[in-house]
Amino acid sequence: MAAYILKRLGLALLVALAVSIIAFGLLRLSGDPAIALAGEGASSEDIELVRKTYGFDRPLPVQYVDWLGRTLRGDLGESIYFKTAAGPLIVSKLGTTLILGIASLAFALLISIPLGVMAAIWRNSLIDRLCLATAVIGQALPNFFFALLLIMLFAIGLRWLPVSGSGTWLHFVMPTIALGYYIAPAFMRLIRAGMIEVLESDYIRTARAKGLPARSVIFKHALRNAVVPVVALAAVQLGFLLGGSVVIETLFALDGLGYLAYQSINTKDFPVMQNIVLLLSVIYVVLTLAADIANAWLDPRIRIA
Amino acid sequence: MLEGVRLKRLLANKAFVVGAGLLLLIVAVALLAPWLSPHDPYQQNLQARTLVPIWHEAGTWAHPLGTDPLGRDYLSRLMHGARISLLIGVSVALLSGLIGTTMGMLAGYFGGRIDMLVSFAVTTRLALPVILVALATVALIGGSLWVVILVLGLLKWDRFAVVMRSATQQVRSLDYVAAAQANGASTARVIFGEILPNVLPQLIVVATLEAASAILLEAALSFLGLGVQPPLPSWGLMISEAKSYMFFSFWLIAIPGTALALLIFAINLAGDGLRDALAPEGRA
Repeated sequence: MAAYILKRLGLALLVALAVSIIAFGLLRLSGDPAIALAGEGASSEDIELVRKTYGFDRPLPVQYVDWLGRTLRGDLGESIYFKTAAGPLIVSKLGTTLILGIASLAFALLISIPLGVMAAIWRNSLIDRLCLATAVIGQALPNFFFALLLIMLFAIGLRWLPVSGSGTWLHFVMPTIALGYYIAPAFMRLIRAGMIEVLESDYIRTARAKGLPARSVIFKHALRNAVVPVVALAAVQLGFLLGGSVVIETLFALDGLGYLAYQSINTKDFPVMQNIVLLLSVIYVVLTLAADIANAWLDPRIRIA
Repeated sequence: MLEGVRLKRLLANKAFVVGAGLLLLIVAVALLAPWLSPHDPYQQNLQARTLVPIWHEAGTWAHPLGTDPLGRDYLSRLMHGARISLLIGVSVALLSGLIGTTMGMLAGYFGGRIDMLVSFAVTTRLALPVILVALATVALIGGSLWVVILVLGLLKWDRFAVVMRSATQQVRSLDYVAAAQANGASTARVIFGEILPNVLPQLIVVATLEAASAILLEAALSFLGLGVQPPLPSWGLMISEAKSYMFFSFWLIAIPGTALALLIFAINLAGDGLRDALAPEGRA
């Protein structure tokens, strides 16, 4: 187990390093960052000054190592648009996005686990078909369109929920549904397939033959094992949710990391943009690392392979 | 690849027939848009702004889906918008498919160091938040249809690489590949002549899924104003432009939104059907 964890940890570090190079390189796509930083209408002396001040005149590898060193020490530079330190700014928005991401994941699991279990128990029945049809239709709806439909219904039509903002927990209801529904079909299919496989296995037949009640067989014996692959998918999907929050947070003006990312992209606020990309990537790396370790712990076959 | 048995199984699959039929219809409308559309999709008419569609009492057949706030015929814009979505789907699937398939097949065929390198590249790529990187890149180089295609194509090769890698690994050790190698066939010949035709079904299934996902991503980018630029009638952009009118003219959002959902639904249904019919052993 220790060897497995060490190996995975090493890989995670390498991936994080590769991601940091990409996040660093992203800024260079615009050509000369000094011109962008100096702003429109800057004279060539101004640009030269910016270049010297920020050290853009040095070779790229030197700049990268310098940038990485500062980032690791927690110095994320200054936001060009908000004129404050980028680090505290990003951290202050992280909570909102984490709440949204976790709530969306919980929402997705809340609808997909019962539906997946029901679809597996009554395989090929009307319920099964209905679940699969809902999944196919759900995955065809773009989340921003679904979000607008929710606004139309709950905010404009029924007037139950606020359209936008992030003051109260009510502001999180529609963003959570709009972000979470999209990943529910993937979980439902996985749970359905896992349950079907487990329900046909020998130990379930034994449990049934012993005369255990159906409820106990399904929930205590079958679901526990069918849920193992869900852990890995949940980690991957949470990373996807954090990235996808850009669209939903912007639409609902929910003041989190996604909205900040959108603002920084629109205002060409490079330090903020770069660091959000880096942060979300690193969160993803950590999540998948945690999921791999959790899986190895749940299923000993993984650590040996 | 499509021998008689598979073709028969495909046509017996109701989901595939419905999906492929709907998709064909949308493709036909897109291809024939210049001739089918009643008006020029870019022609503004300030006398005919925000006319309601035909199912409203005040609707007229002159503009069956009404007009947008600039007086442009909505049906014509919708039809021309289909061209953009399909172009994005096909181009991104081709570009990312080319990159991902090459990487996946090399990794699966040679194994060892190359496999490690490809797996590392895939892991790194998966760690990057696609939407965010795409938004940032488009914002930095400037939004246009071709930039969006290029950026998405360079970002979305991961699933191709993963699926093609394992498909190639499965096929590599089979007898006919060994026979070709024993016959002295070159590596390129073995890969393109023996392996590629046999992993083609999986490749097509991934391509459909990736095309659908690329269309959704383009719509999201354009919706945020950082994708295809006006006045092009991208469906995502049409929804974005209609956002401020949603209170009184919700159909401005509902029409392109429904079109987008129908297109994705058709592609996914056709893709699912293909998967079940072409690779029944891989059925989940």
